[in-house]
Amino acid sequence: MSEEFKIEIVNPEKSFLVKEDVIEVVVPAFEGEMGILKDHISIISFLKPGIIKVFSKSGDENYYVEDGIIEFKNNNLSILTSTIISVADLDKSKQGDLLKKAEAEASKSEISDQAKYLADQKVEVLRSIN
Amino acid sequence: MASLDDLKKRIASVKSTQKITKAMKMVAAAKLRRAQESAERGRPYSEKMNNIILNLSNGISDKENAPKLLSGTGENKVHLCVVMTSDRGLCGGFNSNIIKKAKSYFSKILNEGKQLKIITVGSKGNDQLKRVYGDKIIENISFKESKNANYFDADKVGRIIIEKFEAGEFDICTIFYNQFKNVITQLPQAQQIIPLNNEEDQNNSDESYEFEPDEDEILSNLLPKNISTQIFKAMLENSASEQGSRMSAMDNATRNAGEMVDKLTIEYNRSRQAAITKELIEIISGAESL
Repeated sequence: MSEEFKIEIVNPEKSFLVKEDVIEVVVPAFEGEMGILKDHISIISFLKPGIIKVFSKSGDENYYVEDGIIEFKNNNLSILTSTIISVADLDKSKQGDLLKKAEAEASKSEISDQAKYLADQKVEVLRSIN
Repeated sequence: MASLDDLKKRIASVKSTQKITKAMKMVAAAKLRRAQESAERGRPYSEKMNNIILNLSNGISDKENAPKLLSGTGENKVHLCVVMTSDRGLCGGFNSNIIKKAKSYFSKILNEGKQLKIITVGSKGNDQLKRVYGDKIIENISFKESKNANYFDADKVGRIIIEKFEAGEFDICTIFYNQFKNVITQLPQAQQIIPLNNEEDQNNSDESYEFEPDEDEILSNLLPKNISTQIFKAMLENSASEQGSRMSAMDNATRNAGEMVDKLTIEYNRSRQAAITKELIEIISGAESL
């Protein structure tokens, strides 16, 4: 029996990634990292800033996301996100830009606790990428 | 009959107009391809978003406490209409079609004695509406600077709408835009986005989902995003429609100019011939009288 399922990542502009031979996906869900394997129960969840790790037969890939929603159903994983960047494409200058933006956001005083938490997450994740 | 010189000038001017419309058509055709592509690529996102929300709202346990963005305020007094048009003219009936649709909706609402508020996106809509409904327009948003429709702009509009909704400024929100069907046909659409109208396709998926965190929290986070997404979709459809409409309008203009040049050329040749004949007659009758 095959252990593969389908993943589709879409952002508002286009279908970002479609893969049929995925073995495992680790997503930064709102309440902690979550690994998804084949035949996972149907689930809908939120993403917080973090790294999506896609393990597939044709190679592993990592993506940096800032937000999103995931839906898993009938071995189809859909990820909707407004900001997604492949970690491989994320060079130093881009990373620096994003980091600066996130830090500026985190240091604002009048934002809500949740926004602050999300901004802090962004900073943390961006720092950890190398 | 106009003099030969006048006709010549006229032909030259029509020809140069034709050149302009031809160039505009080419530009529109090139832009159309890009706009159409991005409209098509943007569809999966909004469709998936809709699906998820549908599944969520089916699964929600108590409808009474559902987020207001989904269920509405329970009243039906103040209508907010977001009319999305282009920033540029010369695109045939594109803007007028949206305005016509919107105006008929406006008069329906006003006849029912409800309050009307209008947000216009794009300057052409504002120009056409402010004469009659000037006092109803509460905001005019224009994205003249941004070349292509992008999500960031849509999000800005979405935020404005949500802010106003949360401040209790309206009960029902409808957006007006042109749906792109093909180059010749664009369908003006009125889509209600607050409260969300999902009744027509209630597929009873008995699928039970696991939610993390719980439904309410996901919904209340997702619904504002959905609004921006729907607006973004409308913007993409609109920009494809605009280019399509402009292309066919300019195509017609080019053809009309061609016909006009033909007609003028015939007239020119006839009057030239008439002038020659007249001169000949003069010469001959002059020679005869000698």
